[in-house]
Amino acid sequence: MTDPALVQDQNGFVVELEQFSGPLDLLLHLIHEDELDITDLPIAKIADQFLAVIGELGLNQAADYLEMAARLLRIKAQMLLPRRVGDDEWEDPRAELVRRLLEYQQIRELVEWLGVAAARRAEQFGRGFAPAPPAAPPAPLVIDLNDLLAAAERVIALIPEPVLHRVVPRPLDVEGATARIEALLAEREAFGWRDVVGERPTIVDLLSTFIALLELAKRGALSVRQDGPFAPIEIRRESARPAA
Amino acid sequence: MSPLAQLLEAALFAAARPLPVEELLTLDPDAGAAAVHAALAEIRDAFAGGAAGEHGVELVAIGDGWQLLTRPEYAEAIERAQFALRPRRLSPAALETLAIIAYRQPVGRVEVDEIRGVDSGAVIDKLLERGLIEIVTRGEGLGRPLLYGTTPQFLETLGLKDLEELPRLEELSVALRPPAPAEPE
Repeated sequence: MTDPALVQDQNGFVVELEQFSGPLDLLLHLIHEDELDITDLPIAKIADQFLAVIGELGLNQAADYLEMAARLLRIKAQMLLPRRVGDDEWEDPRAELVRRLLEYQQIRELVEWLGVAAARRAEQFGRGFAPAPPAAPPAPLVIDLNDLLAAAERVIALIPEPVLHRVVPRPLDVEGATARIEALLAEREAFGWRDVVGERPTIVDLLSTFIALLELAKRGALSVRQDGPFAPIEIRRESARPAA
Repeated sequence: MSPLAQLLEAALFAAARPLPVEELLTLDPDAGAAAVHAALAEIRDAFAGGAAGEHGVELVAIGDGWQLLTRPEYAEAIERAQFALRPRRLSPAALETLAIIAYRQPVGRVEVDEIRGVDSGAVIDKLLERGLIEIVTRGEGLGRPLLYGTTPQFLETLGLKDLEELPRLEELSVALRPPAPAEPE
């Protein structure tokens, strides 16, 4: 007996043996080897042999063989159940397995026939069967130094000029915004968001001012009020703050 | 040989595949099917013997066509000289799958798996790749499974004229029947 050859394939590992193409094949082999009667299988014996062989061949990892092993053990157990003498209702638990074995044996016989037919056909060659002659090797390259340099220049010319981007840090000026708000607070009791940020604020101005506002509100220097979403923001001086 | 036989011989020599009679008919619009068949017989007899004895090639009916093939007894020498190579033999798994598909077609993968007792997906893919089987239709039922059948390439690979040449199941020593009568194997 040969070691199992592992053949990798896209579905994972497929165990293909030189001798057996599946659990049914192995089972048939055991049956023929011992010259057992396929229609009256000594199931306990065959189950033990099957388990021994798949262990020996390292097939006890292969799902198909394991499934068959489980099936054999179940049939073996069912055969051990006591049954009444002359019980007509009794169904042979081996029946399905025997049917499959016979069916498979039939296939094996066809395999033999197909193999012979294919081998016979392979003995005859038709025209055009010979493999195409290998493509001629490319002609040796003839080139001088100038050509080579010119070619290199052409290739270099094709390389796109790298585009550089300068990344400029634009820190938020929270201090400046805070000073601006404090100046306004000193001047007026209440004012609007527009008064703080001016006519054409940049995104940095907006963010700086907003953070400064929140910071001052947290410190209790002012209160911020907005009546609804997108409504004007009103800023009011908060002076009379009771001490905690 | 008759002029028609010579024309067909030339065409069969030039073609690298079996040529069906319908295609041979296009060579000479005036020739009928009967004349083509007669001419084919003429060619076959010419290669098979005649005054000069047998030839190294013969005219063989394969699939639904005719092809000039070297005679089997020269395969070994031709291969040894590396003028042509015998195709790789099909594995037992491939032959099992082919047998099931040939007899049960159109048949789905699940049935093939059941009969073989192993997963046949990879084998079926290989047979599809080699052009020996093809998807013929989709089955009824869950997921509308793909159903496979054999191709003309299958017949050609086995040197069969048609599927009728496959052995009948009754002719096998193990005919599929209920295992009622015990029969010593």
